[in-house]
Amino acid sequence: MTFTKRLLGKANGMAGAFLLGIVFFIAVLGSVYTPHDPLKSDLLNRFAEASATHPLGTDMFGRDILSRLMRGAWVSVSIGLGTLVLPVVLGTVLGAAAGYFRGWFDRILIMILDALMAFPGLLIALGLMAVIGANKYGVILALSVAYLPAITRVVRGSVLSVSQSEFVEASATMGNSRLYTLIVHVLPNCLAPLIVLTTMMFGWVLLAESALSFLGLGVPPPEPSWGNILAEAKAHLMRYPMLGLLPGLCISVALLGVNLLGDALRDELDPKSAPSKEVI
Amino acid sequence: MIRGTDTGQVLTIQNLEISFGALAVVKGVDLSVAPGEILALVGESGSGKSMIGRAIMGLLPGGGRVSGGRITFRNQEVTGALPSTQMRRLRGKEIGLIFQEPLSSLNPNMRIGEQMCEAMRAHTDLSEDKIRERAHEMLRQVRLDNPEQLMNRYPHEFSGGMRQRIMIASVMMLKPALLIADEPTTALDAVVQREVLDIIAEVARANGTAVILISHDLAVVAAYAAQIAVMEKGVLVEAGSARAVLGCPQHAYTQKLLAAAQLGAPEPVKGASGPPLLSVEGLQVEFSDKQMFGLFGKTVNRAVKDVSLSVQPGEFVGLAGESGSGKSTIGRAIGKLAPMKVGRVTFDGIDLANCSAANERRLRQRIRFVFQDPFSSLNPRMRVGRIVAEGLRHDRGLSAAERQARAIDMLEAVGLPRTMAARFPHALSGGQRQRVAIARALISRPDLIIADEPVSALDVTIQAQILMLLKSLQREFGFACLFISHDLHIVEQLCARLYVLHKGRVMEQGETAQLFAAPRHPYTRRLMSASPRLEQDAEGLQLAQTQPVLGRHDSDTTFYEDSGDNAGPYHLAETAPGHFVALRGTA
Repeated sequence: MTFTKRLLGKANGMAGAFLLGIVFFIAVLGSVYTPHDPLKSDLLNRFAEASATHPLGTDMFGRDILSRLMRGAWVSVSIGLGTLVLPVVLGTVLGAAAGYFRGWFDRILIMILDALMAFPGLLIALGLMAVIGANKYGVILALSVAYLPAITRVVRGSVLSVSQSEFVEASATMGNSRLYTLIVHVLPNCLAPLIVLTTMMFGWVLLAESALSFLGLGVPPPEPSWGNILAEAKAHLMRYPMLGLLPGLCISVALLGVNLLGDALRDELDPKSAPSKEVI
Repeated sequence: MIRGTDTGQVLTIQNLEISFGALAVVKGVDLSVAPGEILALVGESGSGKSMIGRAIMGLLPGGGRVSGGRITFRNQEVTGALPSTQMRRLRGKEIGLIFQEPLSSLNPNMRIGEQMCEAMRAHTDLSEDKIRERAHEMLRQVRLDNPEQLMNRYPHEFSGGMRQRIMIASVMMLKPALLIADEPTTALDAVVQREVLDIIAEVARANGTAVILISHDLAVVAAYAAQIAVMEKGVLVEAGSARAVLGCPQHAYTQKLLAAAQLGAPEPVKGASGPPLLSVEGLQVEFSDKQMFGLFGKTVNRAVKDVSLSVQPGEFVGLAGESGSGKSTIGRAIGKLAPMKVGRVTFDGIDLANCSAANERRLRQRIRFVFQDPFSSLNPRMRVGRIVAEGLRHDRGLSAAERQARAIDMLEAVGLPRTMAARFPHALSGGQRQRVAIARALISRPDLIIADEPVSALDVTIQAQILMLLKSLQREFGFACLFISHDLHIVEQLCARLYVLHKGRVMEQGETAQLFAAPRHPYTRRLMSASPRLEQDAEGLQLAQTQPVLGRHDSDTTFYEDSGDNAGPYHLAETAPGHFVALRGTA
């Protein structure tokens, strides 16, 4: 059975992939089409009830909520994906180099990473945002830096353990260079934990982006993201709870999908935590 | 509780069937064990022998269940009929279990004494003093000195053999009527294995305990068992007294196992005369462990103290010794996998440390390795064909397609079907994987293979096949081989010359036949008796005569033996042409 089939054969894998699929579909759709202009306000039509023209009603500026959530999905998801690039690429390179070549580079890097990890990721991101200024790319950069240590440590750890395997020694005895051995023999065997962590990280970033936007340091209004839609709803929550519930629900669904899929991936890819399949 | 008929047996198994889902892994097995008797349950991995042991304990792994037949322990049926509380009372107190892996069966966070007394406290209401007294007595029975001190120490402070003895002591403390030992010595090396089995047999005799000894190695358990039962693919193919089974085996599979245990007459691979292909002179290897980042100095482990050896072109040379003797380290130092402190390695007349880097790389291309564990020596993410073809990576004249074609040819040469090339290693058995490793080593037509315990991780029947394969490949390709093993009898099969190592020094070296006919050094004799083999004689198969292993039976002081920190001076003396023995003092 192929890997994908096994993954989707699990209840949590299937549900996670389904939920994430919906989120991605809406995000992509939201980038090219929304029923109304998500930025166009209509002050005569504030807090409108759900109707045929506005299926989810309008907000305090009379903007169509559905359109804002769709465009917000695109903004949030693209920030989430954009944030994965730098930590995964840089973290893999740094972690692999540190774990495989060891020595002073490894020691200094680990010291810096440990110092960084002592601060909560969100705190680092907050500090950086204050320096960079609040905009979409600032969010991506700040969150990338905040999540770099986690990826680097995970890659380093698995490179360290895979490097002890006999097939790595076997490669050395065949006269292969260290770099070749690292790329061909070591790294492919470290992919599993990296994939799991990356999936989970997508969820954390979605949440962190929402938190930053909620604090006013994220994507600046009027451009919608799930976080700042939620933040703007704050003042009207008592009278119009739907304004806050809807973006909150979007975030929850996306996170649930990521976590379910992440769990299924971990069960499938990480043999240590998965139940044994051996019969005898 | 169901009363059975009183048979006088401790354990009776009738028509037992164990299934996982719809798949029956054990079918129609009948066995019985009398009080104080040792039954050897023998079979390859996957034959279902361990499942029987687990079924008796009611500890089948998830998904497994007894789907037919009955197990009667002391006239009381235990197959699923017992509520779990009663079964739990039986476990430990009445039936003891010893696992294969002494490293993981003791809790690293608990002192030995605590672990030993734990079960006793749960099962009896003896006073604390009485329990500790019993623990002391048991530790003495398994021949561990100073039990009072031992009980305050942690498992990591002991060697594998000692841990297994501690395991035996703690299981036997409750004087169970039945002891199930599931491959109790497979993880240990030959000398220790013999000691541990001696102790199991002795302790069982002293306490009147019946033992089921589960093992894949017929020769090892044959010496101890009164009854032998042989399993193949979940079916009991032969059972009877040890004499009958060994003397005239009825079933083809038993005969095959016996044939594997005999290994046949040795056929040493002699090399060409002339200058040696590989020569190692005065090799020393040290590993240092810094204590607390070097703040508290460092401990130095002198793995190889002073070893010189040579390999002729096309010759098989054996390097034997127990674990910790430095035999693997020598192979690794030659392959630059371990740091060499002092010494000269000359290959084909050229000093490897003293030639240009390019030259050295070219020479190293002619040395290839086969490792012990075929489960970790193959990259799990590469297909077999690519793994084998990688051995040709430095052959610039070949295209990728040519390499792949040669890899497939090589797979056929080691007895694997061509279609195997598209598989991943996890789809292969241990023996098949080792064949792949050999193919990878041989594809570049090297002059020297360094084989580090190439068959130790395999079942006995497979071991014999791999040895045969190496021999026929040698005839075809003419490579020399440095064959590293802890099992003298495996080394004897192929190697023309032999070095016996102990604690980083050569104890004895010479022509294999000569060395086996007249072993001089006490350590060599100890190593020989530790790997029992079956011999053909007038009455059929017998266990080869071996000397007891336990205790210091040799007071001959002229031989050099490293027994402590200060071993004194050492030299090798020639006792017969080409036969050297380690003696005390300087030459």
